[in-house]
Amino acid sequence: MLNYLNNVNAQDLAKAFGLTQTITPTRRGFLKLSGGAGLGLVVGFGVSGRLTSPAQAAPTPHPFVEITPDGLVHVISKHLDKGQGSATGLATLVADEMDASIEQVRSKFAPANAALYKNLAFGVQGTGGSTAMANSFLQYRQAGAAARLALVKAAASEWKVPEREIEVSGGVVSHASGRSSGFGELANLAATQTLPEKLTLKTPEQWAYIGKSFPRVDVANKSNGAPRTYGMDFKIDNMIYAMVARPPRWGATFKSMNAASAKSVKGFIEARPGPTGVVVFAESTWAAKQARDAIEIEWDFSKSENRGSDQLYSEYRTLSEQKGPIAHSHGDADVALDNAVKTIEATYEFPYLAHAPMEPLDITIHAKADEVQIWTGSQLQTVDQMVVGGVLGLKPEQVKIDTLWAGGSFGRRAVYNAEYSAEAALVSKVWGKSQPIKIVWTREDDIKGGYYRPMYIHKVKAGVDGAGQLSGWHHRIVGQSIFTGTNFESFVVKDGIDHSSYEGTGDTTYSISDMTVELHSPKVAVPTLWWRSVGHSHTAYVMETMVDQLAELAGRDAVEFRLAMLDKDPRKAGVLKLAAEKAGWGSPMPAGHGRGVAVHKSFNSYVAEVAEVQMQDDGTVKVLKVTVAVDCGIPINPDNIRAQIEGGIGYGLGAVLRNEITLTNGEVDQANFDTYEPLRMDDMPDIEVHIVASTEAPTGIGEPGTPPIGPAVANAIRAASGKSPVRLPFTKEGFA
Amino acid sequence: MTLLKINGINQTVDADPETPLLWVLRDHLDLTGTKFGCGEGLCGACTVHLDGEAVRSCQTTLADAQGADVTTIEAVNSKASQAVQTAWQELQVPQCGYCQSGQIMSATALLNETPSPSAQDIDDAMSGNVCRCATYVRIRKAIHRAAELMEA
Repeated sequence: MLNYLNNVNAQDLAKAFGLTQTITPTRRGFLKLSGGAGLGLVVGFGVSGRLTSPAQAAPTPHPFVEITPDGLVHVISKHLDKGQGSATGLATLVADEMDASIEQVRSKFAPANAALYKNLAFGVQGTGGSTAMANSFLQYRQAGAAARLALVKAAASEWKVPEREIEVSGGVVSHASGRSSGFGELANLAATQTLPEKLTLKTPEQWAYIGKSFPRVDVANKSNGAPRTYGMDFKIDNMIYAMVARPPRWGATFKSMNAASAKSVKGFIEARPGPTGVVVFAESTWAAKQARDAIEIEWDFSKSENRGSDQLYSEYRTLSEQKGPIAHSHGDADVALDNAVKTIEATYEFPYLAHAPMEPLDITIHAKADEVQIWTGSQLQTVDQMVVGGVLGLKPEQVKIDTLWAGGSFGRRAVYNAEYSAEAALVSKVWGKSQPIKIVWTREDDIKGGYYRPMYIHKVKAGVDGAGQLSGWHHRIVGQSIFTGTNFESFVVKDGIDHSSYEGTGDTTYSISDMTVELHSPKVAVPTLWWRSVGHSHTAYVMETMVDQLAELAGRDAVEFRLAMLDKDPRKAGVLKLAAEKAGWGSPMPAGHGRGVAVHKSFNSYVAEVAEVQMQDDGTVKVLKVTVAVDCGIPINPDNIRAQIEGGIGYGLGAVLRNEITLTNGEVDQANFDTYEPLRMDDMPDIEVHIVASTEAPTGIGEPGTPPIGPAVANAIRAASGKSPVRLPFTKEGFA
Repeated sequence: MTLLKINGINQTVDADPETPLLWVLRDHLDLTGTKFGCGEGLCGACTVHLDGEAVRSCQTTLADAQGADVTTIEAVNSKASQAVQTAWQELQVPQCGYCQSGQIMSATALLNETPSPSAQDIDDAMSGNVCRCATYVRIRKAIHRAAELMEA
């Protein structure tokens, strides 16, 4: 997702948000050590540009690593872990360089401070675009190496032996003389050491944890109901609860309300109209919900989005017949198509999709005169700071964020306008008093709340020549731009073309000599957002089902046809070959079964998936097994890579099988998990993941598993039934 | 005032008797391990044990729970639950983890009744518990593993 934010810096971002105040400028700094009363050692990268003299340094509250006197190593995670395992990944990097033991490593989230904790791929503090490990791989190993060296120096001075004779292993610092110590005892002395600017990192042969599935740091807390884990669990003294009755159509405004019936709800405090809807204040979540249900509200629909999805599809279909702005072009697709001996043409429909993370949105806010505190699973801390500060008339740095674990996101918690945090600030203003307020979204609020994966239509024509080679590819996409009209527009949208709408098409590494991609970006008031794998969530489906049919048109094997076009992309060819081999590609299948393949590169990672399906007597499909090969560079944590592939497949499969958000007269038809039914246990195929051994830099893993599953299953359906689903979800075609 | 027995402890709760047990646990008793996912009995994140049986606490009122033994994730402690929690660690099941309290309560109830469940038993017992991270592959394996641990 947010990989578009490359090279954005805090000043540009602030300008984009219309703010004159900027957060502290970021500068690549040097190592900073400090100690303090009972604090032990802290290691961070200071903003001063100089190694701070420990004697003068105040204990920094912004370290990457803390060693407490009890010997625990706390790895400070600049990234939100919403399930993707980044907290464990960062802990792995630090623990490896430090030679810490698995048992002593803990993880906690960094405070909001872009100067120290910016995502190096974005320039601001935030998580997304499957960038967490890629941008941290060097930085967190350096932090671990610094902490280790400080411990070594401390032991050497304490024991009066040369540094080179000190060994560190399994969390123990030792010397041949028999002296040994845990990290905790040395932490304060370590904090006074002066470190060189250049640190030596381990070579891959020396890695103890990288590549070896360090256990997740969060399993225990997530298996025993530990308190205060998620934002939804947060509670503080004197806190009240709020729910917002938001207008049922985008662009509708408040007209009037009658809250008389709510007065009988025990625990109801008050309802007041606010900028995003009617805010219902109460003493508990349930009271807020009961009261909200009881309030009658009239909305003004005169300026709202009143179109339904049938009308939108119809308008999109019309556009798909018209020439659109060129997003990408190389060669001459028209001439190549004229030269083709056989062509195919298809029109695909993709619905709006909700992210529907298990934890509905929630945020607690406490605004004071000169500071505001928020507690939530913040995914774009810097944007939250800017927007919340802007709403409340405070500087970004006066917005303090306690980032909590998030019960999923899939993109939903990273909103370009800080939507739900901004609403919290507005609710706080509506309340007027300085009091902690927890804003809770119900599942219905979540499903109906917008910020969807956009609806798209793709119309594609492609052909093969007499030699069985692909000849000409014309591709037209119709769908809303995610970025246009947002504060991020200038970073992503060039000449009206939003790259996220067509990524995965024109930039394909298949050798296609003649290709044109056109893009229509109609305006609809439904807010849209990145959804696990963003543009790839629809483009991979079109690319890989078309290529599959072209192979058949050419009379060639689907894997061989693809491989022949991947001479310039050995890594993509590598995963395709591996997945095909492991899946027994080409071996006979029982009647009614089908096997399909898809391969796609996204977030700089390569994933090939082979799906096996069984057509059911009622025409629906059961996905039995998916065999996967993945190349995401150095596999920092193979077990987590497998987990993310399994999850990415399940997430994508649920969507293609039966998920869609539709509108009737501008109102969302779905409400909860009955009408937007997620993938369930009995839908889940067996999954076998093969990881390519690689020495390339680590790349994304949270998203790349999702794009290939839809087309792999669609191709398997075609192999089994001869039918190729082009309207999603499959329920529309009768396959699910 | 309603008298409840939660995790072996008698507690009085001052709330409307029609309040879902889920919100009594979370907001009144500060037992937030039981999660709110849908409020309609569609996702299982709020699963607790009522007299040993897995129920959706969002569909169980305070009045329904009166007189019953309520067990939540914070205190579940049986041969089956220990095996399940051990297997969850071994198989590294959770991702976001938000649904896992409910998954563990459902899995524990299954193993209490059926110590050696078949794949079909697992699908039947667990398909009411949604996991948006789709950790289903591991949940399935972990339940089989927990069954082995219980035999040992």
